Amino acid sequence: MYKSKLRTFDIVILVLGGLVLLFIISPLLSMFLATTPLQLFETSKDPEVQDSIWLTLKVSFLATVFFAIGAIPLSYFLARVDFRFKNIVNGIIDLPIVIPHSAAGIAILGFISRDSVLGKLASSVGLNFVGHPIGIALAMAFVSIPFLINAARDGFENVPVRLEKTALNLGVSPIRVFFTISLPLAWKNILSGLIMMFARGLSEFGAVIIVAYHPMVTPVLIYERFGAFGLQYARPVSVVFIIVCLVFFIFLRTLAKEKKSDNA
Amino acid sequence: MLKLVGISIKLGEFQLKDVNLELNKGDYYVLLGKSGVGKTVLLEIIAGLIKQDSGQVFLAGEDITHKKIQKRKVGIVFQDHSIFPHLSVKQNIAYSFKGKKIPKSVKEQLIVQYAELTNVSHLLDRNTQKLSGGELQRVALARMLISKPDCLLLDEPLASLDIQLKGGLRDLLRQINKSGVTILHVTHDYEEAIALSNKVAVMHEGEIIQKGFIKDVFQKPANEFVANFTGIKNFFTAEFSPINTARINGKLEINVSNKELIKKVRKQVEELSIEKSR
Repeated sequence: MYKSKLRTFDIVILVLGGLVLLFIISPLLSMFLATTPLQLFETSKDPEVQDSIWLTLKVSFLATVFFAIGAIPLSYFLARVDFRFKNIVNGIIDLPIVIPHSAAGIAILGFISRDSVLGKLASSVGLNFVGHPIGIALAMAFVSIPFLINAARDGFENVPVRLEKTALNLGVSPIRVFFTISLPLAWKNILSGLIMMFARGLSEFGAVIIVAYHPMVTPVLIYERFGAFGLQYARPVSVVFIIVCLVFFIFLRTLAKEKKSDNA
Repeated sequence: MLKLVGISIKLGEFQLKDVNLELNKGDYYVLLGKSGVGKTVLLEIIAGLIKQDSGQVFLAGEDITHKKIQKRKVGIVFQDHSIFPHLSVKQNIAYSFKGKKIPKSVKEQLIVQYAELTNVSHLLDRNTQKLSGGELQRVALARMLISKPDCLLLDEPLASLDIQLKGGLRDLLRQINKSGVTILHVTHDYEEAIALSNKVAVMHEGEIIQKGFIKDVFQKPANEFVANFTGIKNFFTAEFSPINTARINGKLEINVSNKELIKKVRKQVEELSIEKSR
C-alpha cells in the first residue's frame, strides 16, 4: 500500500520537475538550434558585438571589484554587530532585488544626472555619468550588490567568533585578524557572492538601458538588434553572449572549487 | 602575578559573584568546579574576551581591566583548541608573529623550539584537519607559548583526551610550569588538581567557596561540598554532647575526652568506612 503510494508520488514529482526543467531548457535549446554555425561565426566576428561583450564583461567586473571593497566590510559588520534597526538595514539591502529594474534605472538616473549632487560633482571634473561606462557600472552594481552582501554576511556568520578572539588573544591586531582569519574562512561564500554579482551585472538590461543606451552593453545590443532587424538578427548575438557568460561562469566556479580544495 | 578583585557578572540565569583570586609568579593554580559554574567565563574575563559587570583584573601589578584583548599578555587555550582550520600546523604556531618585526631566522628557530617542547615537530607541515585531539591540544599550546604570555589560562585542557594522552600532556604542562610560566587551569577533575597544581580554588554556583594550597584544601575541606568534590567518599554525621561524647551516624556513642579515645573514634570511623564502602 505504502509502496504504491510512494511510486505515484515519485511519478508526480518527476513529471512536474521534468516540466519545469523542460521549460528552462526548451527556449534556450531552440535558440541554439535555430542558430547556424555560420551565423555564430559571423556574429562573433562583428566588431560591434565584440565591443559590446568586452564592455559588458569589463564594466561588470570593475563594478563588482569596486563595490566589493565596501560591501565586504558591511557584510562583516552585519554578521558581527547587533543593533536596533538591523532587520530594516537587511531589508534595505534586499530592495534592489525586489523592485522593478526599470524603476531601479530611474532611481539611478536621478541619482547621477547632471541635476543631482553627484552629477554636479562629476560635471565639475568634466564627467557625465549618464551614457558613460561609470553610469552603467553604477546601474549594474545597484541591482546586483545584494547577492554579494547576503552571501558574504552568511560566510562571516559561519566563522566562529571564538577563532577571531583566539587570534586577538595571540596579540594580533583586529585588522590583521580580519584579513588572516575572518576573510579566508568566509572566502568560499564571498567568492560565490562575487561570481553571482558579476553574473547578475552582465545580464542587467532594465536599469542599464535607462542610464546608458550608449555605449551599448550586450543586453542592450540584443534589444536594439531585435527592435531594428527582428528575431533573426537578435538571436545569434544572444547565443554568442550566452556562450561567453557560460564559459566565464564555469571558469570562475572551477577556480572557486580549486580554491576550496586547496584549503581542505 | 595575576590578581582578581571582586569579579562579578550576570549572564542570564548564571552569575559570578565577587570572585577574588591571587596567583603568584610560577604558581600552577587549578580552579576546580562542576560544568557550568562559571570557570570558563572567569577565564574569558581575565583574557578580556567578555567584560565583567564589576571588579578588576591585575597582571604583574598593572590594572588590565580595560585593556584590549591583544594587549593583555594573558594567553588562553580553549577546550576546543580553536585551531585555525585554514592554516597548517606551522602557520598556526607562527600566527602570533603576524605584524611583528622579527627576523625570519629567529621566527624559524622559535617555531622549532616550541614545536620540540610540545612534541609536534613531526606535524609542522601537516594540515590541521586530520590531527587527533591530543595533537591539536599540543599545537594550541605551542601557538600560545610562542607568543610568550605572562600568564597561561587553560580551559579543561585534558578533558577530551584518553588516559595515555592525558599522562603525556600532564608532563608537558608540568614542564611548562617549571620553566616559569604561571598557569591557571580550570577543570572538573580533582585528580588533575592533585597531579598538577600547588594551589587550588573550588568554585560552586559562581562563587569560590574555598581556596589555598592543595594540601590544605584537600585535607581540611571547608564544607561537605568541597569534601565531596575533592574526592572524599565517606561522610559521617557526628553530634557532640557537652560532656565529651560524640554520636557517629546516629548509632555509636563514644567518649572523646582523651587522646586514647580519639584514636578509638578514628578506628571506629575507619571500620564504618570499610563497611560503607562494601
